[in-house]
Amino acid sequence: MSNAAKARPTLRDRLNIRERIRDRDTAVYGILIIVAVLFPLVTVYATGGTALVSHATRAGYWVLLAIGLNVVVGFAGLLDLGYAAFFAIGAYTYALLASPQLASSPAHHAVHINFWILIFGSMLMAALFGAILGFPTLRLRGDYLAIVTLGFGEIVPQLFYNFDQWTGGINAVGLIDQPLLPAWIQGPWSGDGDFKIVSPFSFNTDPVAFYVLVCFLIAIAVILVTNLYRSRLGRAWMAIREDEVAAAAMGINTVTTKLLAFGIGASFSGFAGAYYAADVALVSPDNFLFIVSITVLVMVVLGGMGNITGVIVGALVMYYLVFYLIPGLPENATSLASSIGLGSLNQSSGDWPGLGEETQRLNFIIYGGILVGMMLLRPQGLLPSRVREQELKHAAVLEEASAVEEGARA
Amino acid sequence: MALLELEGIDAFYGRIQALRSVSIRVEKGEVVALIGSNGAGKTTTLRTISGLMHPRSGSIRFEDREITQTGPSKIVELGISQSPEGRRLFARMTVIDNLFMGAYTRSDRAGITSDMERVFKLFPRLQERRSQIAGTLSGGEQQMLAMGRALMARPKLMMLDEPSLGLAPILIETIFSIVREINSQGTTVLLVEQNAHKALEVANRAYVLETGVVVQQGSGQELLASEEVQKAYLGM
Repeated sequence: MSNAAKARPTLRDRLNIRERIRDRDTAVYGILIIVAVLFPLVTVYATGGTALVSHATRAGYWVLLAIGLNVVVGFAGLLDLGYAAFFAIGAYTYALLASPQLASSPAHHAVHINFWILIFGSMLMAALFGAILGFPTLRLRGDYLAIVTLGFGEIVPQLFYNFDQWTGGINAVGLIDQPLLPAWIQGPWSGDGDFKIVSPFSFNTDPVAFYVLVCFLIAIAVILVTNLYRSRLGRAWMAIREDEVAAAAMGINTVTTKLLAFGIGASFSGFAGAYYAADVALVSPDNFLFIVSITVLVMVVLGGMGNITGVIVGALVMYYLVFYLIPGLPENATSLASSIGLGSLNQSSGDWPGLGEETQRLNFIIYGGILVGMMLLRPQGLLPSRVREQELKHAAVLEEASAVEEGARA
Repeated sequence: MALLELEGIDAFYGRIQALRSVSIRVEKGEVVALIGSNGAGKTTTLRTISGLMHPRSGSIRFEDREITQTGPSKIVELGISQSPEGRRLFARMTVIDNLFMGAYTRSDRAGITSDMERVFKLFPRLQERRSQIAGTLSGGEQQMLAMGRALMARPKLMMLDEPSLGLAPILIETIFSIVREINSQGTTVLLVEQNAHKALEVANRAYVLETGVVVQQGSGQELLASEEVQKAYLGM
């Protein structure tokens, strides 16, 4: 570094993005870990039940999906509107190979493979289908790719629906095996000893078990994706996102690189799918419709495309909004009206269906309004990758720098 | 043996013919310029060399090796890199990351580091701004980065597409003196320019393209003195 730059480190440091990103990410991860540890303790203590922990286990697979889609959309810049298809493939891989389902199929044999093996099997299966879809389509660009993935997302649930002799079709796959902890994993959580954090720690009855599992899976996913992001491949994805022709001119094989983004992104939703199937224990084609793909995409965009901590936070916020806040609105509105003496609003009369019912009807408008509002207020996402902010701040910093230079001269 | 040899290249965009039987030679150690007005086929020539598009007929040989149908990533590995038209930096990546992208096909870390130092020696501005987002650099700095990125591939042949485009006269001087320096360090340079005067000053030899056809060729000095070139491109 030249002497001039050393002389005024503050200005240069403000332009040193890598370190600043690392700082903020460390803080966000710290907060997330603390919240993740405290969440079950506090909610179980406060509510005396595990309903909120159940919610958190479901939020967990959305987080996994968002992390995976971020690889495709955020890192490589490929708009994938059929991401739920890979989620479905992962979920069905686990559901079929770890349930009685195949006994009533032409195979006449139930298969029960261990969760810990099959979760990687689901990952591979989703990655494989990601590659199969990607191979013929990734020569397409932008909008065209989006349309093809949209079609794929529509086809896959239909296939699971129509291959009913294997998948049970509309009847869904049920009685899916729960994960088992190996017997040697003993600790305060197992058995009925006096000292127990949560007891009994069993996947059959306890959402806390799934909560711990999904936190563990998210941690693995974050570590994998962070390393990918910093790798040579991660840089190649970024380059393709920025300028595909220039990337090709640098010697990047754009087709292979995009294929890898598709396959790797899909593999995370396979991961999430296996977990989902085990958690819910019932998998039907209806769980993987277009709305799932869109919700995950919204999580990624709203959280801050390309930024891992951003999409995690985005997924959590969106989950809270879509599956907790908005479904609870009618009831909350009703009780609020009664408590402030407007109980009459809750009665239906004429065209007025009652406040609860009316709020119910307005759910999607409220949801849409919140989305539009958030995008207006923070178009770059809740926690954007710093690069974007940098661009905006850059002009101001440079101005300051030249002012300092002039001051030094004077 | 010429380092690069194009023979009878015909290239099309759809049904529109952009190059008609273009033949060009670049000898090792030379600076060769392609000059001509807008749409003459200069950039198309570079695109066919770098494998971003393939000619319909004709052959391209690099170090006596047929590369007519070779893909762009292989061509970078063989030793041809370019600073493309309009620079095409990775706008939201840092200066350093852009330079690393230039070395994408290489895996020799020590070599990459020493080339990075070399680029920083050629372009001290880039070192000062190494953690800055490329899109926020000034035009001159962006051109420097595009050239530095092309150098990071440690090319035998570096192709520069309009390095002077949109730059202030003083910066154009700097850029061309750096082109000379790069060439004197042993890299062969193929230069595409609309700024014919500057290009011909730097070039050992040059080709004049007009609507996809090579209409004139010769040493830089010869073309500078040629009446047609003076009239058409130097505004004399």
